[in-house]
Amino acid sequence: MTAVARAWQGVRWYLREFTGESRWDAYVRHCVEHGHPPRTRREFERARADLAERSVENRCC
Amino acid sequence: MASTTAEHPRGGPDRTSPPPKRPRSPRSIALWTAVAAVGAVCWTVLAVSRGETVSALWILFAALGSYAIAYRFYARFIVTRVLKVDDTRATPAERLQNGVDFEVTDRRVLFGHHFAAIAGAGPLVGPVLAAQMGYLPGTIWIVVGVIFAGAVQDLVVMFFSVRRNGKSLGQMVREEIGIVGGVAALIAVFAIMIIILAVLALIVVNALAESPWGVFSIALTIPIALFMGVYLRFLRPGRVLEATGIGVVLLLAAIVLGGVIDSTSLGETLTLSRETLVIALVVYGFVASVLPVWMLLTPRDYLSTFMKIGVIVLLAIGLVIARPVLESEAVSTFAREGNGPVFAGSLFPFVFITIACGALSGFHALIASGTTPKMLAKESQVRVIGYGGMLMESFVAISALIAASVIDRGLYFAMNSPAGATGGTVETAAQFVAGIGFTISPADLTAAAAAVEEPSLISRTGGAPALALGISQIFEGAFGGGLQAFWYHFAIMFEALFILTAVDAGTRVGRFMLQDTIGNIWPRFGDLSWRPGNIMSSAIVVGLWGYILYVGVTDPLGGINQLFPLFGISNQLLAAIALTLCTVLLIKHGKLKYAWVTAVPLAWDLVVTMTASYQKVFSSNPILGYFAQRQRYADALNAGEVLAPAQDLDQMQQIVTNSTVNGVLQSLFAVLVLVVIGNAFVVIARALRAGGHLPTTEVPHQPSSLVEPSGLFPTAEERATMAERRELVGAGRPASHRERPGHTGPDAEESR
Repeated sequence: MTAVARAWQGVRWYLREFTGESRWDAYVRHCVEHGHPPRTRREFERARADLAERSVENRCC
Repeated sequence: MASTTAEHPRGGPDRTSPPPKRPRSPRSIALWTAVAAVGAVCWTVLAVSRGETVSALWILFAALGSYAIAYRFYARFIVTRVLKVDDTRATPAERLQNGVDFEVTDRRVLFGHHFAAIAGAGPLVGPVLAAQMGYLPGTIWIVVGVIFAGAVQDLVVMFFSVRRNGKSLGQMVREEIGIVGGVAALIAVFAIMIIILAVLALIVVNALAESPWGVFSIALTIPIALFMGVYLRFLRPGRVLEATGIGVVLLLAAIVLGGVIDSTSLGETLTLSRETLVIALVVYGFVASVLPVWMLLTPRDYLSTFMKIGVIVLLAIGLVIARPVLESEAVSTFAREGNGPVFAGSLFPFVFITIACGALSGFHALIASGTTPKMLAKESQVRVIGYGGMLMESFVAISALIAASVIDRGLYFAMNSPAGATGGTVETAAQFVAGIGFTISPADLTAAAAAVEEPSLISRTGGAPALALGISQIFEGAFGGGLQAFWYHFAIMFEALFILTAVDAGTRVGRFMLQDTIGNIWPRFGDLSWRPGNIMSSAIVVGLWGYILYVGVTDPLGGINQLFPLFGISNQLLAAIALTLCTVLLIKHGKLKYAWVTAVPLAWDLVVTMTASYQKVFSSNPILGYFAQRQRYADALNAGEVLAPAQDLDQMQQIVTNSTVNGVLQSLFAVLVLVVIGNAFVVIARALRAGGHLPTTEVPHQPSSLVEPSGLFPTAEERATMAERRELVGAGRPASHRERPGHTGPDAEESR
């Protein structure tokens, strides 16, 4: 892999982790490991949004 | 999996002894000597340059050099000697992982989250206002303050919260200091949040009033966020990067479009008064707090975070390319005489009050306890995330200070002095500026406004417009292209965007606090899914900050001038509560010897905030003291007189009411903090009588099976350990299972 490609991979990895987009991949991987079928992505993202609804995340001045 | 400390190379029977000293390599010694030399040279230049042109880069590199030294040596001292962080201990994220709030998170990702949560408009606005005193006092306080107070507070609070399963500041005060202190802290936190929200909203109102371009582009952020919300919920669930990419493009289009509508009839319609904007903001705040978060809050948060980081990086690059020259003097006469038009009071204590965020911000203690500690993989990471995150915010503050100091002084004071002083027109403003010893012609004032395509820049107080102007000058100098008006509105948009995000999030947090507290008496109210409870508590929170915002907006004396000190003092009083907790805990843990690490910044903070509170409450000077001000206007009102800048008896009455409200709030905050400290002294005395040790709520040691680096970049040693670990685990379980956490998500909920 060239340095540019590696840097791009790194940035992409970071952004996907940072925004939580990669959660889905991790979830699917987890399901495969444990041998149960994953939910649909829509259901999965809904469940995450419902969790966010109940969490308190403050933003400072 | 049978995981013991024996597997861990750095573990062992004696966990509390400091790590073995490694011999320093000559390369490392040379590197740190060079860093120290660069910092020292920059500080020397700043110290000796008077009356000549000084490049802003000296400030930038003096700060960076100091941060590097502080991080390398002082932060390391605190984590290894004082706190004795222990990576063989499992963190709450590891022990209690539930895929919801407890979740082992990659340190680099968590650094981003933590930074996005702590840094907002505060570090941008405070330094701009403090530039009235010259560039040097602000620079010194931002750098010294962050190293010895702000970053220490964030780091130590985070560490103690990690050791207590991520408990919040309020909970820790209640459990470790006492119920009296706990209740006082709870009220203080709530009240301070309300003030902070009101002042932040006031900054937005001041930046958008009479600015159709600003109003148009900010208003468009709402439909853009709604669109992103719908996109992520229905169209392409979970594709956050796509949605954010589209959002950012639309946002930039909204800024460009704002310039087009500026001179049309739509522009006239969007030329809103401050009062109208208050109503719009209050309605918006209420709706945003009641709507599901996926619709508005979450997508807006993505936009604001990316804009925030983008602008900060751009500003750092812009500064290095443009190499602007400081227009401000090092220390102005206002610093000595305390008669500056931007805010009242002399250098001590008011520079330290005006710049809270970026040097010492109590609000961070709310984020450093609670959210972030539940996601840390390793205890030692409190150094990079707690201390490092705050250094980064301090860097933002330094950039803002530079941006404010490169603006022509006459223009700076014409923009930041209240309308009562400048008279609101270019002619009267030019006269006023001449009266305080600076020169700018009416024609130059008109030209400056025309350059950013604003109707006027006179008395655009609040710090945001001045910062935007400074940023637009720097970007224009660095990148050229005659885009100054675009950059100005870009900067306004970016500040307003994340202030609104803070207002949304803060209103929700306030609502949760209220529901939680009232829920103790009326359980139904505490149920977060009970709609009427949500609506009532949202209305109360929005009503409270809305009222103070209204007070600020309609204040004939100038809202920012009146309220910003209250904001700074309350933020730093919150820091006093946090530092008190840290000091008490250090003593209870038998570390009296090291208690100075938090006790010295606490003492300094108390001297500053109590002096400022005392002056704001008891000063007989009506410009400074709220009650003296009240007295002066009440006496005149009784005699039927109208005192400038009030124009009629109604405004006189308003000043009387406002100064009373401000004075009462100011006294209340100081008293609450003194109650917490009083209670803390009782606990400290008890600890000392008991031989310098008291039981605490610290969770006992449980061995960790995670291997994660401490800093942003793994050391050679850590790399080797991780590789070794991969081989060990490799047979039974995929290595990625341990090294890329975050695999559970909502599934954990399902399986429980």
